[in-house]
Amino acid sequence: MASLDPRIQRAEPELWQIPDTALAPLDHWTTYEVFLQKTRGSHAQHVGSLHAPDPEMALVLAKEQYTRRSPCVSLWVVPTACILKTTTEEEGMFHPAVDKTYREPQGYLNTRERLEKYRHRIPPSS
Amino acid sequence: MYGNLVVRPEDIENWGKKVEQEDPEKLAEFEARIQRGEKIEPWDWMPFEYRRQLIRMIEQHAHSEIIGALPEGTWITRAPNFRRKLALMAKVQDEVGHAQLLYSAAETLGKTREQMINDLLSGKSKYSNIFNYPAKTWADTAIIAWLVDAGAIINQTTNSRGSYGPYVRALERICWEESFHLKYGYDSVVYLATGTPQQRAMLQDALNRWWRPIMHFFGPPDTQSVHTEKLVRWKVKLATNDEMRQQFLDMYVPKIWELGLTIPDPNLRKNPETGKWEYSDPDWDEFWRVINGDGPCNKERLAVRRFAEEKGRWVREALRSPQAQYVTPLA
Ligand SMILES: [Fe+2]
Ligand SMILES: [Fe+2]
Ligand SMILES: [Fe+2]
Repeated sequence: MASLDPRIQRAEPELWQIPDTALAPLDHWTTYEVFLQKTRGSHAQHVGSLHAPDPEMALVLAKEQYTRRSPCVSLWVVPTACILKTTTEEEGMFHPAVDKTYREPQGYLNTRERLEKYRHRIPPSS
Repeated sequence: MYGNLVVRPEDIENWGKKVEQEDPEKLAEFEARIQRGEKIEPWDWMPFEYRRQLIRMIEQHAHSEIIGALPEGTWITRAPNFRRKLALMAKVQDEVGHAQLLYSAAETLGKTREQMINDLLSGKSKYSNIFNYPAKTWADTAIIAWLVDAGAIINQTTNSRGSYGPYVRALERICWEESFHLKYGYDSVVYLATGTPQQRAMLQDALNRWWRPIMHFFGPPDTQSVHTEKLVRWKVKLATNDEMRQQFLDMYVPKIWELGLTIPDPNLRKNPETGKWEYSDPDWDEFWRVINGDGPCNKERLAVRRFAEEKGRWVREALRSPQAQYVTPLA
């Protein structure tokens, strides 16, 4: 049937003469990761990725893709290839088996008790 | 340390690898992680079959978004007023944006965007069958934006409880935008339903045309679907086709009736004993016929995509840097 879309009607008959096309690798460029700072004072957060030919275009496309509804104060793009990350296997190193309470506030819960217990040792202040 | 997931194209050919051939220890660890409600990320070990099924599913979803923009787009140039035109353009832009998000999510699994688009253009990959039908009048776009998007929201909210991190994150953003589509669609439908007799007739006509494709939307009945126990366990599939269809009917049939519209199925009713909706057979043969290429718009949809890729090529080439290297998106 003939198209109901006037835009497509305008493209006919050329539309039907397009040969079978196949995209070569990199036809849609390379990838960038997008970071977005929602409000002043907040951390920028990773929100997703996109394809772009260069950093400037990546920023333009990131604005279109990730901020067209909700505003933000700053937008960052980074070529995916520039990111170095840890592996699943390395996840373990963030959960140390050794006791680390010495560096946590929870490691200092008995201070008040000690003060009460040995208060008698403290001479009155002058 | 680690830069990027490297999956060579030839690996994709080997992805039919059976679950039984997987390393049992890694498989157990993978399944335990999903059992605990944790997400799987692109850099994690995963069974080939999980990867393969997710690529298939996310890729189809992406194609559906990009093709799905076409029936509605038919009416952009003839929207009834400027506000409706802006809203429809915004919706169509969102749908194309959804495709971009989903292609990126699928790419994290190792299939490049170009390979996915090629498989769309060659007809190897499918997209949602409903977009092979034409939008004959403005009222069709209202029915699509309300009811087809309602169906999409049920499907996407269900999938957003899945196990694959990048897909879940994309779906969260998508569902948030879909809520505008639904409100816009409902507003357009109500406007026609409360309009002149001609507007009401136009709306009823559109509903008559779209009801069957909408019944097809969630896929063939569970009795005809292949066994998916493993995909349920891996949280790739979170509800059956019939469960989602029942949810849709529960939520939207009363709203359609409230507008005084007639649903073109005399057998549609909720069985008070089972609590389930009953309906006439929506002709599953037609569903299979259309999905296999013989629908009213299949050829046009793919021709338009081919045209867009071909006509846009010189721009993409002009912008491409010779140093560009392919890397899969990170997350
Ligand atoms: Fe969408
Ligand atoms: Fe969708
Ligand atoms: Fe939508």
